[in-house]
Order: sequence, then C-alpha cells, then structure tokens
Amino acid sequence: MREYYDDRIVALSARLVTPFIQLFALYVVFHGHYSPGGGFQGGAMLAASFLLIRLSIGTEAAQMQFRRSWGTPGSSIGTLVYLGTGLIVVFLGVNFLDYAGLPLGLPEPELRNTGILLVELGVAVAVAATLTAIYDDLVGERPATHHAGLEDEATPTEEADQVAGPDEAGGAPDA
Amino acid sequence: MRRLVLLVLITAAGLLLYGIAELPDRAAPDAPPNTEESAAGTPNAANYYVENAYEDTETPNMVTATLADYRGYDTLGETTVIFAAGIACLLILRRSRE
Repeated sequence: MREYYDDRIVALSARLVTPFIQLFALYVVFHGHYSPGGGFQGGAMLAASFLLIRLSIGTEAAQMQFRRSWGTPGSSIGTLVYLGTGLIVVFLGVNFLDYAGLPLGLPEPELRNTGILLVELGVAVAVAATLTAIYDDLVGERPATHHAGLEDEATPTEEADQVAGPDEAGGAPDA
Repeated sequence: MRRLVLLVLITAAGLLLYGIAELPDRAAPDAPPNTEESAAGTPNAANYYVENAYEDTETPNMVTATLADYRGYDTLGETTVIFAAGIACLLILRRSRE
C-alpha cells in the first residue's frame, strides 16, 4: 500500500488549504454557542486538517505539524479538561458538572456560558487527538523513503532519520 | 431458513408500520413530549429547557446548552467513549518497540 501520493501539486495545495480548515474548525468550536457546531464537529475538522497533511506529504513529514506521540496524551488531556471542569465545582461544594460553582467571579449565567466553552474545548482537543492517533495506529510506523516538495537538497535517508529522531528516545546510536 | 428470515423481517416491518400509524403529528400541541406534564405526572423536562435555556446559560443555541450543561453528564460519557476508542486502537494496533 502506498502511504501517500508523491506529488508536488497535491502537497502544495494541501498545505495551502490546511490553515483555512483549521481556522474554520476553531470557528466551529468557539461559535458553537450561537450556531450549529461545537466540540465534536470542530474537533473532527481539526483532525481532518491533520490527516490531510498526513495523506498528502506522508506521516513522517507531518510530524512537524502534529507529532505521532501527541495523539494519546492529547485525547487524555481533552477528557481530563472535561472531567476537571466537572470535578472542580464538586470540591467547591456544588453538584458534579454544575458550572455555576466555577471560581471565576461572574454572574451565574455567564459562568454556565464559560463552563460550556471549557467543556467544548476539552471535547475538541480529545476528538482531534484521538482521530489522528487512530489514523497513526492504523498506518503504523515505517521508515520514510522521501519527502515531496519540502526540502529538496537534503538526502532522503538523512532527513528521514532527523524527522523520526526525537520520537525514538535514545534509539540506534549510529552517529 | 431463508423463508423464516423473510417472515420475521416482514412481521417486524409490519409491526413498525403499525406503530408509526399511531404516532401524533409533528409538533402537535397535545403530543406527550409537548405537554406540561409527562404521562407519569411529573413536569416535562424538555419544556423547561426550551423556556429557560437562554436565561440560565446566556447561550442562544439551545442545543449546545442542553448538550453541554443540562445533559453534561451524557456528553462526558460520549467523550469517554471517544477516548476509549483511541485507547483500544493503541492497545490493539500499535506494535511495541523492541
């Protein structure tokens, strides 16, 4: 199976489109209070932008955008943000997930508004990281052969080693 | 066997269609979800959400207010399901490094 289509036009257009997808994903997350949208939808769009880069220039080069090792911690952090928002108010003496007890010093309706935003942010982070992590797990790790349209002068094997380097945490001492 | 499956499927479809025929019209004022009290005599939660969502949360999108505030516990469960899916893929698919 070929992991990505090695083409300069595909790589450049994916890189051109990705920031706009991410901007719109953030809009969907933050505008979920006023229009259809929210954490799940925005997180899925964010994951789509990560996967677009992975599909167009390959997983190894996409490590510069969203590292493979960020997937599982990201989904944990997102879920913990949600759970933490619910648990903080328990320690301050109100019910679980009752945002009126958040220690922010705002009137109660605005506290609930802020609580909804925090929760949606947690959901967005969790969904984006989890979907990217599932893709990475499905593709698996394999040595990269070459990159499309990034740095043309570097020899392919050397650069692949550099990109995969920080992920390996004391791997082969070949230097 | 094949005929038995067909018979069961047709019976199930007939039962479902019979059930649909008894449903109230869309947005009928006397339909159970739209009344002030539920069939058990308790106040209907959906009416409370529709009437008070903006005053309680200052969130114009009623769906978001219901999803993340009134029914926040349910959404926490959904997020946990996503998280569990990610962990399951990690455990099953990711090969450990020798």
